[in-house]
Amino acid sequence: MSIMLWRFLGLSLLVALLGLGGCATVGGTPGDPLEGYNRAMFGFNDGVDKAIIKPLASGYKTIMPEVARIGVTNFFANLGDLWIGINNILQGKVGAGVSDFGRFAINTTVGILGLFDVASNAGLEKHNEDFGQTLGRWGVGSGAYVVLPILGPSNVRDGISLLALDWRGDPLWYVGNIPTRNELVGVRAVDNRANLLDLSRLAEEAALDHYAYERDAFLQRRRSLIYDGDPLPEPDPAKTSESGASKDTSARAETEFPPARITTQWGERVVTAADEELTPAQEFFRAAAQPVAARPEAAAVGGATYEPRIPLNYEALLAVSGEVRDGLVRTSLRPR
Amino acid sequence: MKLFITLCFFLFATAVSAQELAPDALVKKISDEVIEIIKQDKDIQAGNRKKIDELVDAKVLPHFNFSRMAALAMGRNWPKANAEQQKVLTSEFRTLLVRTYSTALSTYKNQVIEFKPLRAAAGAADVTVKTQVKQPGTAPISIDYGMEKTPAGWKVYDVVVGGVSLVTNYRETFNAEIRDGGVEGLIKSLAGKNRSLDTQASAKPK
Repeated sequence: MSIMLWRFLGLSLLVALLGLGGCATVGGTPGDPLEGYNRAMFGFNDGVDKAIIKPLASGYKTIMPEVARIGVTNFFANLGDLWIGINNILQGKVGAGVSDFGRFAINTTVGILGLFDVASNAGLEKHNEDFGQTLGRWGVGSGAYVVLPILGPSNVRDGISLLALDWRGDPLWYVGNIPTRNELVGVRAVDNRANLLDLSRLAEEAALDHYAYERDAFLQRRRSLIYDGDPLPEPDPAKTSESGASKDTSARAETEFPPARITTQWGERVVTAADEELTPAQEFFRAAAQPVAARPEAAAVGGATYEPRIPLNYEALLAVSGEVRDGLVRTSLRPR
Repeated sequence: MKLFITLCFFLFATAVSAQELAPDALVKKISDEVIEIIKQDKDIQAGNRKKIDELVDAKVLPHFNFSRMAALAMGRNWPKANAEQQKVLTSEFRTLLVRTYSTALSTYKNQVIEFKPLRAAAGAADVTVKTQVKQPGTAPISIDYGMEKTPAGWKVYDVVVGGVSLVTNYRETFNAEIRDGGVEGLIKSLAGKNRSLDTQASAKPK
């Protein structure tokens, strides 16, 4: 119950922020319209972490033998593989999805309920996917950077995906006994935090401004995850001129698109190895996810480009969800 | 995830033959050497700061181009700094990066590094060497090295861990510092950060 309430509050918060972001004005960092709120929430989260979560995680790490901790991590990671597989398939990466289901099957049986990650040793690599990445792959923009209460760095797209959808793909939420379920969720959170202890120490050491460091790392990390580690190269601003400010922003927006065959102002993108293994579904998604400028709906008037205020490949979204809307999409996955 | 940054450093040794080595071969050679040393050195595994620093100094740093790194982190603000300021910035940024690297190195625990085949045109002077750190239970973390050819051999100018460039991740922060206090302000912040880390380190000596 309280969990449902929490989720509802989270979603309302995001929707409220969405409105806020729309009318947020200048000042602060470009690309971070919610910086004021974000910094406050970052401070709050940091306080909670220092007072409760981090001490718990440190204690857990001290008490539990390493073998046991790896078992715990593996156990929860194994449960996550199903949802990861579904998202891989939604993104058209059928091979990877099947491999994720294979991992689950092997680790649940041979790996004794997931305690041992036998599948990795057998050559089935673990992947990192979630519904936010799936949306990103489909061309849905990320929206503003948002720091969620307790959950930490996110953006509007990923935050909504996380609170509205990802938990449905999380087997823990289907545990019938509520106290048991809550305990499991708690242990998983502490275990996750324990795994991040070294990393958070590093970030604290490295950062001039901890908030900005975490934000920028999150943004880079998500962009990389959406393209499975092969995003478009960012321009080297050392080589660009004084007008770099506006270019930076456009570059960031542009790198949100999947690696289709496009040419950018900083050089030609030659689609490499990933391109050689395209499945038909991938071809479909890539074809659908052209940069705005290349799509007919975008009309240029007097040097400014106007874009339709709908997700970039709305059709692809609808087609996959099986929804039919007159005038937009009639059947699923039929070549247009 | 813990390895997120862990292995950045498995790079790079002072090799007499460094000049002739291809960039991917160079990365592999240095990584192998550094891992070998860590595996055999109990002090380093226990977190002996001094020994780690020595190792990084001797094996890794000669292959980094720190002025290029500082320029990359500063982006369009780099030309705003005069030659003297650029020198100071490079040195302060270097101190900060090296410290992070050393800390990350000390968290290494038997992860396996896989080297991917280099994909670059023949004669390219700027390449990305891709590696992956594997550990059961987590998705592999990629560590990519942006490298450029110089008369002194191939030099690393960017380290990208799990998609996060340890260099360009500073850009927004640097921009903000320069907006608020100019280049001098940034230099002051960097120096202050380095000093406070020094104080922390000496407050609880190993």
